[in-house]
Amino acid sequence: MSHQPASVPAATTTGAAGHHDEHFSHHVRRYLFVFYALLFGTVVTVLASYIPFGHRAVNIGVALAIACGKAFLVAGYFMHLISERKMIYGILAFTAFFFAGLMALTLWAYGDFPWHTVTH
Amino acid sequence: MDIPFTVQPRQDTGLYNAKVGIWLFLASEVMLFGALFSSYILLRVGSIEGYWPHGWLNIPVGTANTLVLITSSITTVMAWASCKMNQFGKFKFYHACTILLAMTFVGIKSYEYHDKFTHYSIHLTNGKIADGHIVSKSKDFNLVNKTGEIEIHGHEVDLAGKEGDALQNELKKIYDLRSPEGRNVQHTELKYEAAQIDSMKTYGPWQNTYTAIYFTLTGLHALHVIGGALVIGFLWGPGSKMWKTDPERFTNRVEISGLFWHFVDLVWIFLFPVLYLL
Repeated sequence: MSHQPASVPAATTTGAAGHHDEHFSHHVRRYLFVFYALLFGTVVTVLASYIPFGHRAVNIGVALAIACGKAFLVAGYFMHLISERKMIYGILAFTAFFFAGLMALTLWAYGDFPWHTVTH
Repeated sequence: MDIPFTVQPRQDTGLYNAKVGIWLFLASEVMLFGALFSSYILLRVGSIEGYWPHGWLNIPVGTANTLVLITSSITTVMAWASCKMNQFGKFKFYHACTILLAMTFVGIKSYEYHDKFTHYSIHLTNGKIADGHIVSKSKDFNLVNKTGEIEIHGHEVDLAGKEGDALQNELKKIYDLRSPEGRNVQHTELKYEAAQIDSMKTYGPWQNTYTAIYFTLTGLHALHVIGGALVIGFLWGPGSKMWKTDPERFTNRVEISGLFWHFVDLVWIFLFPVLYLL
């Protein structure tokens, strides 16, 4: 069964199909690199959790730092945020502001927190 | 009626409408998961020393699931790139992989949930706590009428009369399974009559605040995985007919569903270390 479409995506109809494919082959190589980096990051996260850094807070910091690096790779390359339109950056700036506010309110509430909540 | 700007970008935004829509939706999703993450932080910092669980989740299984989700992210982006390169066959292959990987993720998560729902914490009338997975339960087992018996594969701890370091070391046998005390616990078959049991409960969301936030976060995430897989399944199956009539719009649909899928992966990137490792 043929799945040849009635029309093809814009760039391939402009007579620049070869260039377009080459452009995407470059992207594909980058995606694979990001994929390997994410796998590597996952393994490092697990191994780092077994290293006693002296204080649990350091272990938490290391794990979250690696997670932030992985998140940057996914958002930046798989979600194309490193080369996105201003409109998207605007939406994300608002999101970051409110997310930071949410976390700040959490920290603000820290002093009023009912200590020693029963966890068992 | 034609929906405007499904393919051509609007002049003011420079984007087709669905892309603005999905990013606004993802922004709301950030706040949803952010609220739950902040709840996690508050619950954790407010817990009594020694009572916040460590090592309750199987790290190799969680790592495997993380790798599954990361792999599904690359197959998703490759499916979109295949559409862009006019390779519909490859699109079908990559998204078939995505759907299979999504099902694998949910399957592994179900296995983990099952493990928690068969794991019991039993408070005995002698003050000890028995902890382990159920082996068998007699048909007439009834905690209210005190009839029958239950057998578990686990161990006992005795917190009564202990304080200071002695209490912390005993607590680690239950709460810190990555500590030497927790790792070296010997598990055996233990049988109890109902009359010996004061109360018992599984490691479901009702066990403590850790399991409550664990099931809430991972359950909500799993719902997102299922929802995303359904959309991708539609685009792979009946929805793929659009490729013949309007390939650019179809490619945009693949991109939008892909953005959602990558977000789901992104959430898991933080959930995994927070819940499994720290």
